[in-house]
Amino acid sequence: MFEHYLSLFVRAVFVENMALAFFLGMCTFIAISKKIETAIGLGIAVLVVQAITVPANNLILHYLLNEGALSWTGVEALAKLDLRFLGLLSYIGVIAAIVQIMEMVLDKYVPALYNALGIFLPLITVNCAILGGSLFMVERDYNFGESVVYGLGSGAGWALAITLLAGIREKLKYSDVPDGLKGLGITFITVGLMSLGFMSFSGVQL
Amino acid sequence: MAEKMKTKELLFGPIFDNNPIALQIIGICSALAVTSNLNTTVTMCIALTLVCAFSNFFVSTIRNQIPSSIRIIVQMTIIASLVIVVDQFLRAYAYSISKQMSVFVGLIITNCIVMGRAEAFAMKSAPIPSFLDGVGNGLGYSFILLVLGFARELIGAGSLFGVPILAKVTDGGWYIPNGMMLLPPSAFFLIGLIIWGIRAVKKGQVEKDTFDMAPNTRTSEAF
Repeated sequence: MFEHYLSLFVRAVFVENMALAFFLGMCTFIAISKKIETAIGLGIAVLVVQAITVPANNLILHYLLNEGALSWTGVEALAKLDLRFLGLLSYIGVIAAIVQIMEMVLDKYVPALYNALGIFLPLITVNCAILGGSLFMVERDYNFGESVVYGLGSGAGWALAITLLAGIREKLKYSDVPDGLKGLGITFITVGLMSLGFMSFSGVQL
Repeated sequence: MAEKMKTKELLFGPIFDNNPIALQIIGICSALAVTSNLNTTVTMCIALTLVCAFSNFFVSTIRNQIPSSIRIIVQMTIIASLVIVVDQFLRAYAYSISKQMSVFVGLIITNCIVMGRAEAFAMKSAPIPSFLDGVGNGLGYSFILLVLGFARELIGAGSLFGVPILAKVTDGGWYIPNGMMLLPPSAFFLIGLIIWGIRAVKKGQVEKDTFDMAPNTRTSEAF
């Protein structure tokens, strides 16, 4: 049982890295990786939100949306419902709500962290990595335990990738790049090389 | 005449001059994963252009009724509903493509182009220009995606739309497919090169150096 979860975690972090293998969360990944400090802040925020939303959406799926999921209400008409077509709308709603709640809780109880994350928290709602994590969880049919591990793993993988990229870009700005490639162009090629590096993890089995 | 110019600008401006992917760095998220073959690429382009155009249209229609404190949620709901329609349509009529694209249809919701245009343009403009702006930005996105999809499928698998173009060695031909083009890294390399190409032509888009270099220390000046 433990090995299964460990293997899932390692796969989510390295082999199926959200940013480098599935191109998720690219917009923020490219835009907010100029400095290591901000990159780490955003990485942690994504990790936390991902670890909460994936299991939350898992519960929504299993107790509200799936075919026959409403049978716990005991009402026969409800038990027959298949609400999976409302999935997308509910997941994004849950994500937006959780981000909002997290923002309020952090502001009240951990103001230091709240200030450090600043603008990144609300931005996370529209980060494709978060919605992508929930959608992959649905597609791969994870149970609750697996979804907790997957949420943690995929969030950690994304945080790792953006921190590494920020480290590279901090050095990159001192180098002499051809005019047309400056900034955005060379960043994409760097990400390509990182992605190539992460490809070497594929096939890792625990 | 002025009216006509405006329409043209709305439709074609985002393709080269103000390309959402190459210049504004938005909407790359769900784009790259679907470009390993042209079938999914074209489906994605059509889906995104439609969603972007109609979300702009609907947001613009009710822009005066939306309270600004909850506008993001309202936009999100409109976009998500449109994406659900697209998703259900694909499942009904093109099941195999919808399977291949897996989660990326759903991810149109968080595509920054759609949200970005709704927030930046549709909230301030009349419905018809907003609709055109949505189509234009969809086309700008499609342009990059189609170039990527074309190159990746042709070089990576020797075919276009699944139809063999270059005869592969395995089928008794001469072409050895470069399997790397089907893997994620190649999409990053290609998009970097496309940006380089666009900026070589349009010099105005070149980004400034973060630091001024001392004269004669750059490789380009040494020769």
